[in-house]
Amino acid sequence: MEQFLISLLGDNIWVHIIMGALPLVFILPYALVTIYLEMKIAAHMQDRLAYMRTGWHGTLQPFADILKLLQKEDTIPTAADKILFILAPYIVFTGTYAAFAVLPFSKAYVGSDLNIGLFYIVAISSLVVVGLLMAGWASNNKWSLFGALRSAAQIVSYEIPSAFAILAVIMITGTMSLNGISDFQSSGIQNWLIFGGPFPMGKKLLLFPFMLIMFVIYYISSMAEVNRTPFDIPEAESELVQGYNTEFSGMKFAMFYLAEYANLFVVSAIVTVLFFGGWASPFGTFMSGPGWDAFWFITKGMFFVCVNIWLRWTLPRLRVDQLMYVSWKVLTPFALFCVLAIGLIVVW
Amino acid sequence: MSEIITTPPVSSTGRTLRTEEMILNMGPQHPATHGVLRLELVVDGEIVVDVIPHIGYLHRCFEKHCEHMTNYQQVIPYTDRMDYVASMTNEFGFVVAAERLLKIQVPERVDYIRVIMAEFQRIASHLIAIGTYGIDIGAFTPFLYCFRDREKILDLFEMTCGARLLYNYMWVGGLSHDVPPDFIPKAKEFCTYFKPNIKELNDLLTYNEIFVKRTANVGVLPADVAINYGCSGPMLRGSGVDWDLRRDDPYSVYHKFDWDVCVGKGEMGTVGDCWDRHIVRAREMEQSVRIIEQALEQIPEGDVHAAIPKRIRPNPGEVYARIESPRGELGYYIVSDGSATPYRIKARSPAFSNLSVINEISKGAMIADMVAIAGSIDIVLGEVDR
Repeated sequence: MEQFLISLLGDNIWVHIIMGALPLVFILPYALVTIYLEMKIAAHMQDRLAYMRTGWHGTLQPFADILKLLQKEDTIPTAADKILFILAPYIVFTGTYAAFAVLPFSKAYVGSDLNIGLFYIVAISSLVVVGLLMAGWASNNKWSLFGALRSAAQIVSYEIPSAFAILAVIMITGTMSLNGISDFQSSGIQNWLIFGGPFPMGKKLLLFPFMLIMFVIYYISSMAEVNRTPFDIPEAESELVQGYNTEFSGMKFAMFYLAEYANLFVVSAIVTVLFFGGWASPFGTFMSGPGWDAFWFITKGMFFVCVNIWLRWTLPRLRVDQLMYVSWKVLTPFALFCVLAIGLIVVW
Repeated sequence: MSEIITTPPVSSTGRTLRTEEMILNMGPQHPATHGVLRLELVVDGEIVVDVIPHIGYLHRCFEKHCEHMTNYQQVIPYTDRMDYVASMTNEFGFVVAAERLLKIQVPERVDYIRVIMAEFQRIASHLIAIGTYGIDIGAFTPFLYCFRDREKILDLFEMTCGARLLYNYMWVGGLSHDVPPDFIPKAKEFCTYFKPNIKELNDLLTYNEIFVKRTANVGVLPADVAINYGCSGPMLRGSGVDWDLRRDDPYSVYHKFDWDVCVGKGEMGTVGDCWDRHIVRAREMEQSVRIIEQALEQIPEGDVHAAIPKRIRPNPGEVYARIESPRGELGYYIVSDGSATPYRIKARSPAFSNLSVINEISKGAMIADMVAIAGSIDIVLGEVDR
């Protein structure tokens, strides 16, 4: 893609700007679609219809929502810390958006094919915590502060099991580049890492149960990292009103919202890359190519987004101490054990 | 933010806060307080040290209003507005008290219809309690399932008396009018429709692992504390006390039906925890369906108005009558001076007594538990404040 653009425009700054802006072109329609999907899936689970008036089956409703948020007065509480308050939503969004830089949408399109891509994602997504803490503190609201502190504790705790899951994949593939990991699994569905990767039968069978556990661990931690039910403790609306974004309105609130949905795709995409072949077609070389790659990547990603939505509207919410219990006493020991086992299998 | 606070803050009970403590106002505008309840929490981080409930935001002078009506019948619409999610049972309590004061016997058909309505109302009220409790714990979907079924009960009420929330259906000495002819088949239809839904609700919410984790062993109310605070209804039965006014102080025709009183047994944790109170409500709905089914079978034909004068003038005296409302013991104490208006009416509201125990059972809980505890009490502020 980059080569193609260079050949088209010459080697200048515009190539890099276009490369950098392409994920944004994806995020905005994606957010609209996901907002719509979330409402519709939720509604049909709950025996109701959701939007039906704006456009055919309410398809224009996300646009109306965005328009409404744009028109809203952008209030800043008098007692708020103005600079932090204004900065916070953008830092949260930046942290999320930066992760898109290394997502391999297709073999031909990666914003930047870093050889430490996974490491970069783990690092950059921690930036979100800073933004959330800023939002909670700057609002000068007790509920917001509670939400921010819970959020920080939660994200930091769940990074550990999720980092172990990532470590296991790195041990198997020997690369941190997301494109490389996808390439590693690209020869058909049987070679996806969830099924043990492209190894001889014996090794595959040994790896399979551990990879399955790792997938579950990673998926649970990723749900916690995006603050969604059953881990939506930071914004638990029945406890903390809205958590860290209680005081935000208008476009600032929309930025949080956008960041949440973008983050949802990021974690789903990472699940896809780590365990489900990334952009690789499930049929080996059949239906593969730059366009098909993007199709598979987005389809797989959206599948996990939908699973997340499904879980959100089914499960109740954990309590904050139970959340910590799940992370430190269940997921982390299991992840440690699995890393050990996978390491031994890989060496063998 | 710039001013320096020199004196330590003091809670409204006069408690001087320690450095690590903080006052947190939950309500009156808070998504989890089921109305305009304000809970003043003294918290140490996430741990609740003290809870001070502030009530009165919905006080509407019910008792004073009643003294200024022109007759007894006019009080009934006001009772509707006390516990606005269980209006039928409020009317029921008042008419039972007034009829006891007048020493009149209503026709048997009236009693049967009243029982059917009261039990339907109990199901509707428990559906709200369970649904909103699900929201408190974070599960949104059961709430809408509950409202879907409650809607069908409201349709039955609408068919009977035209109103969906505030009915003015039970009158002193009878009913405003008889049920329409197709009410009984529709009610039977609802019973068969509703029974599998209770199971679905239990599968989705009650036995959900996360829900059990959130409610079991939380807000444990021991039986002796419950009795000392005058708790009643599912709150008391959740603590394992086998006490139901429908059986233990029978009124109307409840003695004619075969049903069980549900008590909390501590299946998932301690006896008297939030889960026990929840399961008592869920099981009571099944028992209510049983009562309704029997009542629909046995209901006699007849008139729905007792022969009473248009203008009721009870002899001077007083009466206390109590019934089992969805929230517990709903009692009316009426004093008559022989005139057409009650001299004094005092309503003993179950939600008020149940709420008073909140400080006792929530010390040491976390903020999230506070929401679970407040939800399990199932308060309706209209009744707490009157």
